[in-house]
Amino acid sequence: MDFDLKEEHRMIRDMCRDFSQEVIAPRAEEIDRKREYAYDIIARMGELGMMGIPISEEYGGSGGDWVGMQLCIEEISRGDVAFGALLDVTTSVVAQELDVFGTEDQKRTWLVPIAKGDKIGAFGLTEPDAGSDAGSIRTTARLEGREWVINGSKQFITNIGLDNASLIVTAAVTKNPEKGTRLISTFIVPKDAPGFILGNRYDKLGWHGSATHEVVFDNCRIPEENLLGDPARGFAQHLTVLQTGRISIAAMSVGVAQACLDESVRYSKERMQFGKPIGRFQAVQFKLADMSVAIELARNQYLKAAWLKDQGRRHTFEATVAKLFASEMVEKVASDAIQIHGGYGYIAEYPVSRYYKGAKVLQIVEGTSEVMRIILSRELGL
Amino acid sequence: MNIVVCIKQVPDTETQIKIASDNKSIVTDDIKWVMNPYDEFGVEEALRLKEKFGGEVTVVGLGPKRVTESLRTALAMGADKAVLITDDALEGSDSLAVAKALAAAIKDLEYDLIFTGQRGVDDDMGVAGASLAELLGIPHVALAVKVEVAEDGKSVKVHRPVEGQTLVIESGLPVLITAQKGLNEPRYASLPGIMKAKKKPLDEKSLSDLGLDSAQFGQEGRKVKVLELTPPPERAAGKIVEGETPQEKAAELARLLHEEAKVI
Ligand SMILES: Cc1cc2nc3c(=O)[nH]c(=O)nc-3n(C[C@H](O)[C@H](O)[C@H](O)COP(=O)(O)OP(=O)(O)OC[C@H]3O[C@@H](n4cnc5c(N)ncnc54)[C@H](O)[C@@H]3O)c2cc1C
Repeated sequence: MDFDLKEEHRMIRDMCRDFSQEVIAPRAEEIDRKREYAYDIIARMGELGMMGIPISEEYGGSGGDWVGMQLCIEEISRGDVAFGALLDVTTSVVAQELDVFGTEDQKRTWLVPIAKGDKIGAFGLTEPDAGSDAGSIRTTARLEGREWVINGSKQFITNIGLDNASLIVTAAVTKNPEKGTRLISTFIVPKDAPGFILGNRYDKLGWHGSATHEVVFDNCRIPEENLLGDPARGFAQHLTVLQTGRISIAAMSVGVAQACLDESVRYSKERMQFGKPIGRFQAVQFKLADMSVAIELARNQYLKAAWLKDQGRRHTFEATVAKLFASEMVEKVASDAIQIHGGYGYIAEYPVSRYYKGAKVLQIVEGTSEVMRIILSRELGL
Repeated sequence: MNIVVCIKQVPDTETQIKIASDNKSIVTDDIKWVMNPYDEFGVEEALRLKEKFGGEVTVVGLGPKRVTESLRTALAMGADKAVLITDDALEGSDSLAVAKALAAAIKDLEYDLIFTGQRGVDDDMGVAGASLAELLGIPHVALAVKVEVAEDGKSVKVHRPVEGQTLVIESGLPVLITAQKGLNEPRYASLPGIMKAKKKPLDEKSLSDLGLDSAQFGQEGRKVKVLELTPPPERAAGKIVEGETPQEKAAELARLLHEEAKVI
């Protein structure tokens, strides 16, 4: 048994931490307030190779692994979770789906620019009437000659609003050509395809630096060869990559929680009440101690899940535990961080208020906490 | 243009330093070790010169095995190869002994330029760079904030700030330059760089490999002895001057400066 990170993992973590603390964190408040898409930061992340960590060099990546990727996501989220979301969707979900299920041509055309960080990817499963019950999507795709014609709409789509987002990997209902039964297939839809319409930007509670938009396919036409993977297994393909996405959500949660702890420790040493720093009061100390416990456990769990994935082993249980535990823990940790900051914690210029707003949605995206419990119950044979 | 950069590993400047029970050293258990920030400027400058003139960048470090990590970081930033001088007998060596070992490792390398940090942020001695130049018999230019290598690659102009002015020093090559803050903005190691660093050569040398006598190193070999380490005195709490109006506050401040601080 070996709990040590490899040297390359430590180097990835340290570099991403330095970048996050030196480049992202000082800008996070402004990005959030102005609801800005920080293209300069995204470009630097791309140049440093963050979007391609687990993708092989052949396809524009760094030839690293998922432990390295998730460590990067934790550190980046510690500076601003919006950039963690960007990495999660771009790499854990979209790049992986292209890498695992794409043809050689698809990888050359679509994966390489994403792994290099020149382009950003988006993922479209959720629809107005299909959230947790993603199997009930209504967007359709039918083959007309050599083209797929897609109709329907997707909502809450991360990254798609970025100018340099190149495509959305999207799920749509197709028909089995022989039996006529309902299938869910996956398609690569370039943003400049005719009939692709970028809908409204959502006004969210937090994650303001993340570009979440609605997408409409209005007789959207894409070439036949943009079908990704097995037409009968589109849904299963999504579930495979979402499992990695869930490890990323756990890593993002740990990053936000660590930022909460860092700020709270600092503040409790500075803030004087009743003639001493509030960090001398045991009630405050114990809150901080509990935060550190929760963060440590959540971090160990996401790393274990990522490690299992790197070993090519089944990790449904571990990834689900990581996502559920970490996303529930960060909401509590962020709430306690505000408590420790008192009234100041509720004021926008103190970062803990932003952390709190960014924490809640981690229990919802890529499968709600309830859905995680459904999966775990199934794992228990129920 | 071949360039050597010397790298020291030091405690992260954010680490809380605790003095060990011998009162002469620090507790090293929980320390996070990083590349000396001044050496990072040296690495960055060397890489920029390599990008312009071609050639190889070799990084040389000294100390226990953990120093490998800082050397790998430099390799990940773009250096080509690394040498680690590691030997139990080095433990506790002073700056002069370190310079001797570095000189022995560097003398047989091909180099036009050597960079070291102007000092280590741990011991703040600022001796190793100058001593190394002396031992190698090459010129030494300290405290560079700008390095301009002539287009023909045969000489260098080094800028050093002095009392609000800039002193420009010209030297032939090879030369040893010590780097300080302001020289450049060191790059982050890229992800592909980190992955490639694993495969770059990193040679380990012991003192005997370098033909050195271990008796000249370590605590025994020190010319400079540490007698005692003491923490800086705790700063007394500040005082907030009270008063209803600015005039009252100013009067109170004047009184305090006169009667309590006795400076006016
Ligand atoms: C900021 C943000 C970014 C997002 N990015 C993307 C993206 O890039 N791509 C994408 O496809 N989607 C994205 N989503 C969508 C997200 O994945 C969904 O919101 C999520 O899966 C939940 O679906 P829903 O919102 O429709 O909620 P619903 O499914 O309607 O759930 C409502 C509530 O009912 C509960 N519930 C539902 N079914 C059950 C059940 N069987 N048992 C118990 N409880 C149940 C849920 O847990 C939840 O509490 C994003 C969402 C947000 C907010």
